[in-house]
Amino acid sequence: MKKRYTIAFTIFICALIALFLWNVGVGSVNMSLGDFFALFGKDGSDSTLYQIVWKIRLPRIAAAILLGGALSVSGFLLQSFFQNPIAGPYVLGISSGAKLVVALTMIIFLQRGLTLNSAGMVIAAFVGSLIAMGFVLLISFRVSKMSLLVVCGIMIGYICSAITDFCVTFADDSNIVNLHNWSLGSFSGMTWENVQMIVVIVAAGVIITFLLAKPIGAYQLGETYARNMGVNVKALRIGLILLSSMLSACVTAFAGPISFVGIAVPHLVKLITKTAKPIVLIPGCFLCGAVITLFCDGIARTVFAPTEISISSVTAVFLVPVVIAAMLRKQGNR
Amino acid sequence: MMELRTENLVVGYDKNPLIKNVNLSVKSGQILTLIGPNGAGKSTILKTITKQLKILGGAVYIGKNSMSGMRDSEISQSLSMVMTERMQTELLSGRDVVASGRYPYTGKFGILSDEDWAKVDEAIALVHAQDVQNQDFRKMSDGQRQRLMLARAICQDTDILLLDEPTSYLDMGFKLDILANIRMLARDRNLAIIMSLHELDLAQKVSDTIACVKGDHIDRIGTPEEIFDGTYVQELYGVSDTSFDPVTGEVFLNPSRGTPKVFVIGGGGSGIAVYNRLQRQSIPFVAGILQENDREYQTARALATEVISQKAFYPMEEAQIAQAKKWMDQCESCICTLKTEEFGPLNEANRKLLEYATEIGKLSMS
Repeated sequence: MKKRYTIAFTIFICALIALFLWNVGVGSVNMSLGDFFALFGKDGSDSTLYQIVWKIRLPRIAAAILLGGALSVSGFLLQSFFQNPIAGPYVLGISSGAKLVVALTMIIFLQRGLTLNSAGMVIAAFVGSLIAMGFVLLISFRVSKMSLLVVCGIMIGYICSAITDFCVTFADDSNIVNLHNWSLGSFSGMTWENVQMIVVIVAAGVIITFLLAKPIGAYQLGETYARNMGVNVKALRIGLILLSSMLSACVTAFAGPISFVGIAVPHLVKLITKTAKPIVLIPGCFLCGAVITLFCDGIARTVFAPTEISISSVTAVFLVPVVIAAMLRKQGNR
Repeated sequence: MMELRTENLVVGYDKNPLIKNVNLSVKSGQILTLIGPNGAGKSTILKTITKQLKILGGAVYIGKNSMSGMRDSEISQSLSMVMTERMQTELLSGRDVVASGRYPYTGKFGILSDEDWAKVDEAIALVHAQDVQNQDFRKMSDGQRQRLMLARAICQDTDILLLDEPTSYLDMGFKLDILANIRMLARDRNLAIIMSLHELDLAQKVSDTIACVKGDHIDRIGTPEEIFDGTYVQELYGVSDTSFDPVTGEVFLNPSRGTPKVFVIGGGGSGIAVYNRLQRQSIPFVAGILQENDREYQTARALATEVISQKAFYPMEEAQIAQAKKWMDQCESCICTLKTEEFGPLNEANRKLLEYATEIGKLSMS
């Protein structure tokens, strides 16, 4: 078993390094591995290539890694909380809730001639996530069937998206073009300032989640047994909600809603590691989520270059089959 | 010495008190069993003791400490449980499930030490589940799962063990196995055990004390001998006096209605199969002449319209023979489950009845 974990993590890290190099290298200006290392040389620092790599590509890569990981951990938390394999921030409408509040806040700020800084974006997204989460929880008290909960989540997502589109269409500002791009989900235009903020939030969220690995493991066995094992179930549930909302809010604030990473990655990691133990899954989800997101972002910006396609279009193509397979497998186990 | 005690405990759902004045106590080495009809509140009591339901009044004591004053982690080291809810697992082997019992003793990241694993292995060996421990817990049979759940509770290393219907859904072999293990835990490991059971015959055999839960109160607490006496258990469950035998714990169906059509001459247990068959075919019948200590007397009493009987160890009298002949005249046929050579010298009366049946041409072979 231990050997399997080592192999899995080695694969994740190797894939991450390979994708990192690929993402640095490709784009509107292609460069070789040799060029890349030459940048660290004495005379490389003022070339255009250096500017492109340092100012555009590297922050984008860093964001894709961190946010992809955050999204997957958030998905893992939601799946643990609802004990439902098809839960995730996107399908439960939490990403869309965050999107709605961010869009509204942006429009209000723009109308007053102010720009929303990244901290403001995160706070708005967090509020939106919590509101959507509140609705999902209200429904979850009333429906016992988990599939119904997911359907309701998708509905909430649609309503939020509809209102967002409505606002975006009728808001009268040239900056709305940006807003439109963002609302589809994209890592473009990421700055080092953004990345700093992302590092702080994601690191805090993931580390706290990892420290909760033990009670989460007990909670997976069912509430009754978790309580008998001495877990403060109420506090843990609140913790799970806040952490998952915070992580997915951070993603939505900086990259817009990204579909299917949160729901599919935990299944992939389980498939590879053959375990559901949080102490393995949490770091596994983070790494695997980073790999998948970096891969999809690379595809999104290169496949129809110079036109970029939205990241969600790519993630959907690759990850929906995973989700369907996971659902079918669950069905088979009954 | 450890004791679990409830003092004027009030239990119920959503602030609606269901059972008041629950005063139970179980000491180390003893088994307390809750019996009572479905919905009487056995699970409600157990769920309140395990803190799944709020205590609505009174208190639960573990030793000298009131449970409401104890932290969850303290409780988890003194009380373990096996509930009826199925444990939901994903990609966990049986051994992993047992290992989760060590949770209260592991560090920040829940990693088990060698000592913890030794306890896990010991618990698995105790319930004889070594051969299945590496299988996926979800894919096991209910019996295997229940064994491992018991092992899990054992390695939680507590003084008190609580089990909610530990034998439900299990086949006879596993039932006996689980109960033997429970008995062993009380005797050899000196655990205080409180459980609920539906199988009265088993409750009678393994319990030191039985508490009868009836609707809104605990109706009676006592030793199995005190509870399984007369018609008390039948009243508790609201069944007719004859449908339960308090001595053996056996249960019987109700008799067929109508005028008797068949007369059965039996004895020594030879008639039980015929009684059951006639009951199955809804044919009312009369049985006789049986002595009250005959092993088929309880079955006959439950299933027959009428049993002609004599007190234990008394010779059968002419009056009873006459009564039997009268019934035989009314019946359409007569079945005799004893062979001619099986009528002993003390069973002359029944041999005479067989002769009479042959005489009037009512003896049927089946």
